[in-house]
Amino acid sequence: MKKTIALAQIDTRLGVVQANLEKHLAYAERARAAGASLLVFPELSLTGYALQDIASTVSHRPTPEDEIFAPLLEASRDLDMVVGFVDEDQRHRFYIAGAYLSGGEVLHVHHKVYLPTYGLFDEGRFFAWGDSIEAFETPLGGAGIAICEDFWHASPPYLLWLDGADILIFTSASPGRGLSDEPKLESARWVEHINQAYASLFTSFTVHANRVGYEDGLNFWGGSTVFDPNGNLLVRGPYHEEALVIAEIDLNQLHRTRARLPILRDERTGLVQRELGRILDKNGGGR
Amino acid sequence: MSANLLINTDLAKTILTGFIHSEITRSGFSRAVIGLSGGIDSALSCVLAAEALGPQNVLAVRMPYKTSSIDSLEDAQHVIDKTGVKSLTVPITEMVEPLFERFPVANAMRRGNSMARARMIVLYDQSEAFGGLVVGTGNKTEILLGYSTLYGDSACALNPIGDLYKTQVRQLSVALGVPDSIINKPPSADLWAGQTDEDELGFTYEEVDKLLHLIVDERYSPSECVDAGFPQEFVHKVIERIRRNQFKRLLPPIAKLSNRTIGYDFLYLRDWGT
Repeated sequence: MKKTIALAQIDTRLGVVQANLEKHLAYAERARAAGASLLVFPELSLTGYALQDIASTVSHRPTPEDEIFAPLLEASRDLDMVVGFVDEDQRHRFYIAGAYLSGGEVLHVHHKVYLPTYGLFDEGRFFAWGDSIEAFETPLGGAGIAICEDFWHASPPYLLWLDGADILIFTSASPGRGLSDEPKLESARWVEHINQAYASLFTSFTVHANRVGYEDGLNFWGGSTVFDPNGNLLVRGPYHEEALVIAEIDLNQLHRTRARLPILRDERTGLVQRELGRILDKNGGGR
Repeated sequence: MSANLLINTDLAKTILTGFIHSEITRSGFSRAVIGLSGGIDSALSCVLAAEALGPQNVLAVRMPYKTSSIDSLEDAQHVIDKTGVKSLTVPITEMVEPLFERFPVANAMRRGNSMARARMIVLYDQSEAFGGLVVGTGNKTEILLGYSTLYGDSACALNPIGDLYKTQVRQLSVALGVPDSIINKPPSADLWAGQTDEDELGFTYEEVDKLLHLIVDERYSPSECVDAGFPQEFVHKVIERIRRNQFKRLLPPIAKLSNRTIGYDFLYLRDWGT
């Protein structure tokens, strides 16, 4: 079964949610016209990335009552969408979040579980750490969301895979860095390598939407990709330019790849759990 | 040039012209003002700005002092001719001479700083007159070494080349067609005849860039730098210079009294709301 996936490789305005919402709706229109079943926006697509003290003023709840989510949910009636936003929970903790919207409803909300707080990153200062990693069912099949640093760690994609995700949806606002004599930035090379690696290791689709544009001196490099369960590149967006990136995926590829390469069937989860338990005991517990 | 310092010039150009365009247009401007000294840094910034905004939106200002080399003025003119940017020549002699006459004992450092600050005044005046933002011309080497005048040549609204070492500035300048006469001459602040950066600093850019790359980018410890072949005294001198000049890289500290203080816990990017 073939499906069209669209990646909205957009620039955003920092802290201007209404303007970003309008861009989301315009891209939804274009994705619909391209026959897409799913449209994926980058990390914090409704707010911009380096929010710092803006973070607490641009939060939204993914509900039909919310003025920003109401039109997005409406737009999701005939087009599934993943959008990035700041979620504020009942007790006023702020999360970097991704919501999967489908048929006018919120199917899943993921809170980023790894907040980079080193180097140029300061997310742990402004946001609460998410505490769960769960796959969910969509009209395209089992899926899971991981946000940027979440997939710099191997465990979130691994857990999503075990939990039923055949489509790993990765979203980023990845600041470009590491200029050398190579034609790609080091950050771009790294992210593409691991997207390809996850697709291969987990015999799954990896779908990565990364933003473009600038925030002060930071550049965001785009280059959104889709890899198939054989680890083959299906599409790559342009670098440093806004684009609606379209890929056709064949869900039957999961059947063909896993018939040849039954890595999922043979995965020894009990062994992993035993060994993890032993390692945690040895180290006096984990985080 | 060290292989570790080589850059992909196409990619650098894409990112830097995009940066200039984004940072200028999102603050409601479409134009840039650049002090063009005849040296390589300002030539490169000018070429990048012309590429990003269109040459008609860039004003290059030449600001000679009476002892400035005529070659500098001509080299700056080559950049103006080549890029097609708008230009203006505003000598600063009449601005700074009264101060020098008032303090005849002022040494070269005081005089050089005053000249750099006089040029800053001219550029910010033209910023208002031309309706453009001042684009900086400081490279990573000189920012790290503090080889600049605070509120003088370091003053700008945005700096496209501040993450490129001097040797990388040369590489990108060659790729973007900066005139050979500028690329090949010894870098100089041109405050007096025969002055060169490398004489004044006491080492070459080629040498110090390799060392800075190890210290800053690769996080080598001082002893690892020595193991990598750099003389201990040189390593110490450069590290100390970086530390001593940190003040030039920061806004002045504000004494904290309230619960929310600018610079400590009032944190917004400049691009806030744009």
